[in-house]
Amino acid sequence: MSAMECFIAGLLALGVFFYVAGTVGLLRFPDTHSRLHALTKADNLGLGFIVIAAGLYWGDGWIAGKLALVWLLTLFAAGMAAQLVARAALKAEGGE
Amino acid sequence: MSLAFDLALCALILGTAGLAVAGGNLFGSVVFYIVYGVLIALAWVSLGAADVALAEAAIGAGVTGVLLIGAWQGMKDAGGLEAEITKSLPVRVLAGLGAAALGALVGFAILSLPGHDGLTGPVAENQPALDLGNPVTAVLLSFRAYDTLLETLVLTAALAAVWSLTPARFWGGIPGPKHITRPDGVMASFGRLLPPLGLLVAIYLVWAGADQPGGAFQAGTVLAAVWILIVLAGLRDEPRLSSLVLRLIVIAGPLVFLGAGLAGALAGLALGYPEGHARTLILIIEYALTLSIAATLALLIAGPARRAP
Repeated sequence: MSAMECFIAGLLALGVFFYVAGTVGLLRFPDTHSRLHALTKADNLGLGFIVIAAGLYWGDGWIAGKLALVWLLTLFAAGMAAQLVARAALKAEGGE
Repeated sequence: MSLAFDLALCALILGTAGLAVAGGNLFGSVVFYIVYGVLIALAWVSLGAADVALAEAAIGAGVTGVLLIGAWQGMKDAGGLEAEITKSLPVRVLAGLGAAALGALVGFAILSLPGHDGLTGPVAENQPALDLGNPVTAVLLSFRAYDTLLETLVLTAALAAVWSLTPARFWGGIPGPKHITRPDGVMASFGRLLPPLGLLVAIYLVWAGADQPGGAFQAGTVLAAVWILIVLAGLRDEPRLSSLVLRLIVIAGPLVFLGAGLAGALAGLALGYPEGHARTLILIIEYALTLSIAATLALLIAGPARRAP
């Protein structure tokens, strides 16, 4: 395995670690807001590492650019969805 | 892709399908159904069928998911959720037997397919006559144009069925509630950020569809998603359903498609294209279909009119 492949494998492992951490948070945290915190923060960081690893693996500027765009759009969508779910949960709890 | 990936994907598909059917919680079933659609799209990518994957992700998971969530909300508002979950045992057994029989039939049909690689050869042979690079578009809009024409007519008929549920006093009115959001809020910002990108993707999908994966159904779904997002973000209200322009957009695609088919019939072959003009005609039909599919899907999700015109 070349140095580059080791680096890519390391990035992938780091990405998977954050996904596992996010999933553990989703399962273990006590309420909606904490669970959202685990999902949106840890998972999007994990996706970022996997996107960087995939971009390096393909070694192509176009593919890397498209992957980066996918990550950026996921960040926007996840951030917005988290805000909306949090607000709906607040309303359901009776606060506003 | 590797065998390990495919096996894991198959296990996930079977698992989510089982949870979607077996769960006692209706909302959970809808969520698992959407996840199932996304996984099926991945399976199509793994099989090298990008066109089907795009359609499955956009229509199977996206539009159908939104429709199902809307139906769930409607049932909840009407107090019908509790009644739904406590079906009697004979009903469950009958439903299970029916589903198993259908599954066995589909399995039998797939296993009894001839062993050669289907119609890939004849399509590749006849594709140059149409001057199209994408074999899927060639099949959908020429070799099996009849099926596609009926599919688009089914969509229009479904919209007519939804509209027929309108109470008389709201006929021709505006569907859905008015969405009010804070102008500087998350939803409104998102509604301003994504539509330009969505329009770009939709135009690319229909433009590329002649020669690469893409086409009217995929592009139409993305356009419909942009429409829904703008309405949800409160930036624009739904249109009046009595609007002539709106109704013309809904039937433009099927009408152009039917017109081309009839013209072909007069020239000797129904749904045939005159030699040398096939590509142009197919592109015109695709563009008209894109607009009609977008409007029809968005209006299906909006539902019948609920406010007076």
